[in-house]
Amino acid sequence: MDDVKTDSVGIVTPQRAHFAQPLALRCGATLSDYDLIYETYGTLNAAKSNAILICHALSGSHHVAGSYAGEPKNTGWWNNIVGPGRPFDTDRFFIVGVNNLGGCHGSTGPATINPATGKPWGADFPLVAVIDWVHAQARLADHLGIDAWAAVIGGSLGGMQALRWTITYPERIRHALVIAAAPRLTAQNIAFNDVARQAILTDPDFHGGHYYEHGVVPRRGLRLARMLGHITYLSDDAMATKFGRELRAGELRFHFGIEFEIESYLRYQGDKFADYFDANTYLLMTKALDYFDPARECNGDLSATMAKANAKFLVVSFTTDWRFSPARSREIVRALLDNHLDVSYAEITSPHGHDSFLMEDAHYHAILRSYLENIGL
Amino acid sequence: MNTRLPDRADFTAIASWVRSGARVLDLGCGDGTLLRYLAEQRDISGYGVEIDNDGVLACVRHNVNVLQGDIERGLSDFADGSFDYVILSQTLQAVKNSEHVVREMLRVGREGIVTFPNFGYWRNRLQVMLGNMPISDNLPYSWYDTPNIHLCTVADFEDFCTDHGVRILERIVIRNGGTVTLLPNLLGSLAVYRFERD
Repeated sequence: MDDVKTDSVGIVTPQRAHFAQPLALRCGATLSDYDLIYETYGTLNAAKSNAILICHALSGSHHVAGSYAGEPKNTGWWNNIVGPGRPFDTDRFFIVGVNNLGGCHGSTGPATINPATGKPWGADFPLVAVIDWVHAQARLADHLGIDAWAAVIGGSLGGMQALRWTITYPERIRHALVIAAAPRLTAQNIAFNDVARQAILTDPDFHGGHYYEHGVVPRRGLRLARMLGHITYLSDDAMATKFGRELRAGELRFHFGIEFEIESYLRYQGDKFADYFDANTYLLMTKALDYFDPARECNGDLSATMAKANAKFLVVSFTTDWRFSPARSREIVRALLDNHLDVSYAEITSPHGHDSFLMEDAHYHAILRSYLENIGL
Repeated sequence: MNTRLPDRADFTAIASWVRSGARVLDLGCGDGTLLRYLAEQRDISGYGVEIDNDGVLACVRHNVNVLQGDIERGLSDFADGSFDYVILSQTLQAVKNSEHVVREMLRVGREGIVTFPNFGYWRNRLQVMLGNMPISDNLPYSWYDTPNIHLCTVADFEDFCTDHGVRILERIVIRNGGTVTLLPNLLGSLAVYRFERD
């Protein structure tokens, strides 16, 4: 197993699909038409039975694997797992990554021109929910000629989309890989999201979400939001190991600049993020997280909700993930058990907190690889 | 948990008891061999519970439903009476709180099945009499690195059942793959029981 030759998918090119059929959204609004930007890796087989959808989380995109021509460093966010011979094996599967509605990587979102006003949507872009993304992804599947996904896979908010697929389109998904996810957010999760939103909403450059027209971006707010988020993605232990109380200058300097290494790291992460991510998208993604609660349809009874599902499941959690802890994954498992559904559950020992799902860990990758190898085509 | 099952005779016994199409929970399922065997022989459905990473990976590799977890922490993810059989195969002797585990087995399952090495087997008794802890096919560990902390004899287990409101439905005691009927506590090396709540 270890001597399998693996490789990146190499140079990839995003594609765009236009959907002219209106999409009724969870919030009551309707998108008259929209674009989705996506990438594919591998080849769809004649039976169209080898398609896998990878759903992105809060800050991800359609660029899951490979890199762009002339931009060798612009590799996909899950490049370590997708490719020939890799756990998500492109020699066997046809893998699709899509930027969700409301995103800022090319799909219709807040920075797109609102046909009604001729100006960017900005904060007027409807608040999309996970179920809206799943409906849009289903239309992309239609567009690609895929009746049923061999698997839908996602971590965190991506895992929630995989879970939603099994409830909303039970006949169109054979396997769901729900990684580092939760069936709904806790009050604490929502609280963190709201602090992040408040950072953006109160930035003087936010202009009620219409900052595009003012030629500015609420950079300070977005940076703070990301810094806060980043703390919740790491574990206390991982931070202690990586940064401890290390001082930049080797001694206390008694000022508000960067003194501790962790400050340097967080500010760097915040700055990097604020350079490329859209604040309106960040607001919208955190709201989609907050709203996600499929059990609401059955008065909070997740087991009754999952009665609609037919898929087989792999649920994965990470020991040090305190954002969506193993106990949250076990809530999903329990609802699946109540419905006698096929499910395996792996609790991966990892020091990296919520971010573990993106890390290259031999055991974690072996679990995913082995599960996918057993999916019949 | 024991992932190595040196004697498959207990599998045969279990398969002979388990009804076709039954729902089975296998606690400490190791690499999932027993569940695969029962799926082949009896078309059962169900899940294994395993704490060890290698066991979990082997189950996923073998397409066996496995839930990573510690059976000592209870079976709270499983609803009352949600399985026809809950199996504890060569694991009873390695759990800390045997009483709790057996109680949970009979909460979650209608029937329980356990297999364990019989410490009363004469070869074990002989080794102890000669001054050493026994080592055999069913007890392959040295005293200092054994996972087995609650070894018992056939007689001990039956006393335990009487004291804990557990009704034994069937018993097979095995040696060298064959069933032992004469003096099982002395002549049998591996015991297999099927039981329910009294």
